[in-house]
Amino acid sequence: MSPLLTVALGTALLGGLAGALGPFAVLRRQSLMGDVLSHAALPGICIGFLVAQERSLPALLAGALIAGLLAAGLIQAIQRFTKVKPDAAMGIVLSTFFALGVVLLSYIQHAGGAGQAGLSSFLFGQAAAMLSSDVALLSVLALMTLALLAIFWRDMKLVAFDRDYARALGRPVDAIEALLAAITAVAIVAGLQVVGVVLMVALLIAPAVAARQWVDSILPMVLLSAALGAGAGVAGAFLSASARGLATGPVIVLVAAGLVLLSLVLSPRRGLLRGRK
Amino acid sequence: MTTPDSPLHEPQLALHVEDLTVGYGGAPVLLDADIDIPPGVMAAIVGPNGSGKSTLIKSCLGLVRPAAGHVRFFGQRLAQARARVGYVPQRSSVDWDFPTTVIDVVTMGLYGRLGLFRRPGKAEREKALQALSDLGMLDYADRQIGQLSGGQQQRVFIARALVQEADLYFLDEPMAGVDATTEATIIALLQRLRDQGKTVIVVHHDLSTVKRWFDWLVMLNKRVVAQGPVETTYTRDNLRAAYGGQLAVLDPADHGLAP
Repeated sequence: MSPLLTVALGTALLGGLAGALGPFAVLRRQSLMGDVLSHAALPGICIGFLVAQERSLPALLAGALIAGLLAAGLIQAIQRFTKVKPDAAMGIVLSTFFALGVVLLSYIQHAGGAGQAGLSSFLFGQAAAMLSSDVALLSVLALMTLALLAIFWRDMKLVAFDRDYARALGRPVDAIEALLAAITAVAIVAGLQVVGVVLMVALLIAPAVAARQWVDSILPMVLLSAALGAGAGVAGAFLSASARGLATGPVIVLVAAGLVLLSLVLSPRRGLLRGRK
Repeated sequence: MTTPDSPLHEPQLALHVEDLTVGYGGAPVLLDADIDIPPGVMAAIVGPNGSGKSTLIKSCLGLVRPAAGHVRFFGQRLAQARARVGYVPQRSSVDWDFPTTVIDVVTMGLYGRLGLFRRPGKAEREKALQALSDLGMLDYADRQIGQLSGGQQQRVFIARALVQEADLYFLDEPMAGVDATTEATIIALLQRLRDQGKTVIVVHHDLSTVKRWFDWLVMLNKRVVAQGPVETTYTRDNLRAAYGGQLAVLDPADHGLAP
């Protein structure tokens, strides 16, 4: 497979994966949580590097996942034990973890050593570095996510719409929410290499926001969001390859943002132009 | 004599609440509440803002963890009685722009008994349509919930609880901000449920209709101020005890108040 095709396939899978999970983040008003998980991954990546003493992908991603979940847990704890509001708690945790990540990153770069050069690519991603083994991993993740969504679909929908009622019915709300958080965190970590910690949340939110403009039911919304995410991934990969020096991750995000803009304006029922001749 | 540890504790009561204290980290919202509601009544829970009415319902349903106390439904713990308890949350507790249809929301009431793998089929759809029909909402079955008026939203929520075919229903402020048609439809339905022997427990804010609509009354102000049949409980003294200075707002002399 040509390198460009590998990248395009990988970004399509990643866009589709994030796009499928995005509606749950958006509808549950947890969009910012995606931003927390991705920003908080940076110190985890650095610590993974320091522990492994090399740029070993499994170590970096494990570090990212642990740090992200730690941040999410910290936010839960702040909400439970203090009167700090959720958005403030997220803001504090996000920036603190990110600051720690940048400090560690600059320390590692200053210390020099083998393989540290690639580490800063996690800030904004480096899609061109994608290997066919990464694409295989993304395929497995996408299939697993699809299966989990299909199995727990009804409860996920119910929890997203009315979690108190779900609890009153005796549904396992905590387990469903933990599952959603876990697969979202995995999808985000999978995307860090491609899009970077700073921009990853856009891939989660933008396709979902765009899709909501066109459909009025959650299943079509998830399918369309996944399709738009995949489309943005492919389009971004080819666009960035068409000229020298265009970073793939940010181009993908710009394409996704373009889809949001178009949808906000053109949607027949919800668009800004609706009802005007 | 049964104790809270018996398998059946106070089974003759639809709802038995004992020593219930709930706080959200700070001062208790509900203090040492003992409440007994017999089966087959339509009960109103009234009290001023912040008196713990919603908190009482939520802790009965296990949505809020009490600091102390226990709750039994028909003598059973919530975990055993779950299928017999229906719930209509406050309308404002969800996002009505959520992408889903009326029939879909009503079918959610059946998720508890469907479990993980059984999909809602024809029988479930029939049940949901019947509940919508009972509330005069049949024509709206395939509408987007975002297109509904406040009263219609409330009726959808009640239809969702109705399909649970519970023996006891909690409704949190079902009359808040609904139109007259909806109000009449809801009251007629609740009274029909009561006449079928079900227990209906309503958090209510309009004292002027207590006497007309309900036959059982619980008055709250963080503690239980009074409870019992409406005729003997809805008195000026009890109202003053529950509402204190706020009573001036509602001179209820003409609302059938007992002396």
